[in-house]
Amino acid sequence: MSKMEDRLVYMANQIGKAFILRPHQEAVDETATHLKAFWEKRMLTRILAYIDAGGAGLDEIPRQALLKFRENLPK
Amino acid sequence: MGMIHEIDYGTKPSAATKLVTLTIDGQHVSVPEGTSVMRAATEIGTQIPKLCATDMLDSFGSCRLCLVEIEGRAGTPASCTTPVAEGMVVHTQNAKLAKLRRGVMELYISDHPLDCLTCSANGDCELQDMAGAVGLREVRYGYDGSNHLDAAKDVSNPYFQFDPAKCIVCSRCVRACEEVQGTFALTIEGSGFGSKVSPGMSEQFFDSECVSCGACVQACPTATLMEKSVIEMGQPEHSAVTTCAYCGVGCSFKAEMRGEDVVRLVPYKDGKANHGHSCVKGRFAYGYAQHKDRITKPMIRARITDPWTEVSWEEAIAHTAAEFKRIQREHGKDAIGGITSSRCTNEETYLVQKLIRAGFGNNNVDTCARVCHSPTGYGLGKTFGTSAGTQDFDSVDEADVILVIGANPTDGHPVFGSRMKKRLREGAKLIVVDPRRIDLVRTPHVAASHHLALRPGTNVAIVNALAHVIVTEGLANEAFIRERCDWAEYAEWAEFIRKPEHSPEAVAMLTGVPAAEIRGAARLYAAGPNSAIYYGLGVTEHSQGSSTVIAIANLAMATGNIGRRGVGVNPLRGQNNVQGSCDMGSFPHEFPGYRHVSNDAVRAIYERDWGVSLSPEPGLRIPNMLDAAMDGSFRGLYVQGEDIAQSDPDTRHIVGGLTAMECVVVQDLFLNETANYAHVFLPGSSFLEKDGTFTNAERRIQRVRKVMSPKNGYADWEITQMLARAMGMKMDYAHPSEIMDEIARTTPSFAGVSFEKLEHEGSVQWPCNEAAPDGTPIMHIDHFVRGRGRFMIADYVATDEKTGPRFPLLLTTGRILSQYNVGAQTRRTENEKWHPEDVLEIHPHDAETRGIKDGEWVKLASRSGETTLRAKVTDRMALGVVYTTFHHPVTQANVITTDYSDWATNCPEYKVTAVQVSHSNGPTEWQRDYQAHSKTARRIDAVAAE
Repeated sequence: MSKMEDRLVYMANQIGKAFILRPHQEAVDETATHLKAFWEKRMLTRILAYIDAGGAGLDEIPRQALLKFRENLPK
Repeated sequence: MGMIHEIDYGTKPSAATKLVTLTIDGQHVSVPEGTSVMRAATEIGTQIPKLCATDMLDSFGSCRLCLVEIEGRAGTPASCTTPVAEGMVVHTQNAKLAKLRRGVMELYISDHPLDCLTCSANGDCELQDMAGAVGLREVRYGYDGSNHLDAAKDVSNPYFQFDPAKCIVCSRCVRACEEVQGTFALTIEGSGFGSKVSPGMSEQFFDSECVSCGACVQACPTATLMEKSVIEMGQPEHSAVTTCAYCGVGCSFKAEMRGEDVVRLVPYKDGKANHGHSCVKGRFAYGYAQHKDRITKPMIRARITDPWTEVSWEEAIAHTAAEFKRIQREHGKDAIGGITSSRCTNEETYLVQKLIRAGFGNNNVDTCARVCHSPTGYGLGKTFGTSAGTQDFDSVDEADVILVIGANPTDGHPVFGSRMKKRLREGAKLIVVDPRRIDLVRTPHVAASHHLALRPGTNVAIVNALAHVIVTEGLANEAFIRERCDWAEYAEWAEFIRKPEHSPEAVAMLTGVPAAEIRGAARLYAAGPNSAIYYGLGVTEHSQGSSTVIAIANLAMATGNIGRRGVGVNPLRGQNNVQGSCDMGSFPHEFPGYRHVSNDAVRAIYERDWGVSLSPEPGLRIPNMLDAAMDGSFRGLYVQGEDIAQSDPDTRHIVGGLTAMECVVVQDLFLNETANYAHVFLPGSSFLEKDGTFTNAERRIQRVRKVMSPKNGYADWEITQMLARAMGMKMDYAHPSEIMDEIARTTPSFAGVSFEKLEHEGSVQWPCNEAAPDGTPIMHIDHFVRGRGRFMIADYVATDEKTGPRFPLLLTTGRILSQYNVGAQTRRTENEKWHPEDVLEIHPHDAETRGIKDGEWVKLASRSGETTLRAKVTDRMALGVVYTTFHHPVTQANVITTDYSDWATNCPEYKVTAVQVSHSNGPTEWQRDYQAHSKTARRIDAVAAE
């Protein structure tokens, strides 16, 4: 994992933890909404590529959130 | 342009609504009940002689000059202490009064030097004026008897002198220190003829508790307390009202001038934020604008190891635009971005974000609010619907309970701190939540009812515990919640907060705060009836900064402390225009007015106005820009008035990112630390050299007025405009008022704002539009901006920055009264005398176990880096917690801080760093290398500079 990927995974996990007390699907949706609203596309692209490479260390909520809207990512 | 003369009504206005009619010298006048006779007379243009009276202070009645006769009443009462009464008939001038007044004046003058022609107050001396007003023609007593004429001057304060020979012991200075500033540093020593003004226990001003706010100097009716600048330069000949460029209080000042030279800045009584008060920074520390370090010519260089070469403005702008275009051509349009400044005006900030969005073609714009109040924007936006404080400053006058969390108002926001202390002296109760025993906890005539000295990083746990007590003890305001908030969301939140893990007893071990203190504080806050929360960076600069803001909002809603005077949630903003820079669309995901870039309708407004297509995707935040730079995808940065190399956390990471870029452009007054890594330096202009507006922490938009020509040739907005044109944009504003007009037509909350309106009203608080043409002092009165208030679950998540055997202490950082942020301004003033270096505050026990004595050099080490500074052993620190400031680049306090940040906004976690403190023999290797690099990086090519 590169330093940038390390940071992105850490940040995504932080966001997921903020919603962890919500019902699971709601937590995934809130995390997805947050990432879409605040993350720049190269950050999203990078972490999605990291997921494709295995995604070690990424928690379940942010992982599902990222996958949820990957189809809608800007090209 | 002439001098602005404010009328001194002698006594304060009455807040009563009932009118009383009386007759003064044959003229009928109606004034509010409780008004003094003196003020009523002044209202109709009748000047009653006075010396000890001034409308900034409570009536005192000591000088005996304002005597009047009232029909039907015995004697000659003092008009300053006599309230009006219905049908009262007052005579202010007659032979008897004239004789009495002359007699009083004769006594004053018999012990006063007759050096009027050479006196610094000549032309601005109330004693001189009164001698003229009462017709004093002789002093029968002579000067042979006892007098104070040989009393020695105290010149210890760098900004003003105290000449006791000229003192008439009117007590205005002592009363100003007590009533306005609340420091109680001055007293009248002795009695009778021996009475004299004394700072502290007969100390020199500089050595006393005096905080140099200037209130005493302003109150003095003679030349006893006088600005050294006036002594040196003479009396000013014209003035203009402008706004301070230091903290987020936004004090109004009269810039009193001789030509283009500032003689002094005097707080403006009509200033709605400061009501005529000031602090040592705004009042006196403006000399940086003329400091020799200031760079006034543009400079460029190919590599950051090269010396700078001075060039023309044309060359600097063309070079910058060419470099940015080259980078975009080679690496894509998203490879560049910019940072707006919270020290610059709204108009300048607006232009920078416009340049980036419309000129660069991306949303890679961020601002220094990223590292301070970005969690406020997020938390209050989500819960209340808008990213700003809910009250005006005046609201504190009606607060019954004041809860201060993670803020140090007497140092960070001193003028509001004085206002808060005044309310506390009147009887309001105080709760302080802070790891340090800040001055407010115990200061003259103020003592906190509860000081929750929590362990850094446990804010959410504490605020949730307060809420737990309120909910479980039935103290919540259910009527308010049902009417104003979403009840279902409240019910869900209440269920969460009731859980035993949120009880004070459960969090006591976690936070270090005894459960009884938490319970007591919660009950007090809930009891109100008007409870107000004020918070600062001790709330936001955490990995859970946004969560704490949300928890605070929950607390206010649960108790119904929103939507009226005396209550609310009030973020104390750090910089002069940090509110404005956020309002103006400085964040990468928002247009001005906090509207997301993905909103098609909003984007269409700007696309129509600006004539370009805009990106719907959020851009990079500052830390993301630096990450991307290290990764090679971000290579050019335009930084206006921000010093990320000193102010942002984990300096090594910042330096790494900056060094990796191909074109860093710094626009600033000085070669700051970031400029050490820059390729282009564009000299900036000071707040005295341009027109525009700042918006303070209470959303108040106020004018900044140009009082001198820019030393660098251009105001900052003009420089951005030149760069925009060179980048191919059409931009042709002739004056900042035109930029504000554009802001108003594109931003609903600013729709009613214009320079014309500000000229007429003095200031206005947004939202200012058709629905609120006079602005909005208090928000969320009938309903929240978002409709219903939203309770949100904010669970405590411990920071990942952990103490352990290697780093057993927790470091927290902040700022002090005399210095300001990175110190670029205050270090270049006499304020340096109060705080010449950053020091490490450490608890006596922590110091003793390490063998550290007060004043010794110590090494401060964290997982990020290490630095050295002197220790200050003080029991104001909690055990296990150390504290320092970040005002001096030589200390490099941010080498220590980590890159942990708020989960929602990436606001850095400055307030929690695990550290170890040990003895040191001198600077660290990093400090030595950094100093060497700074020296090299600041070279200016001597030949080219000719």
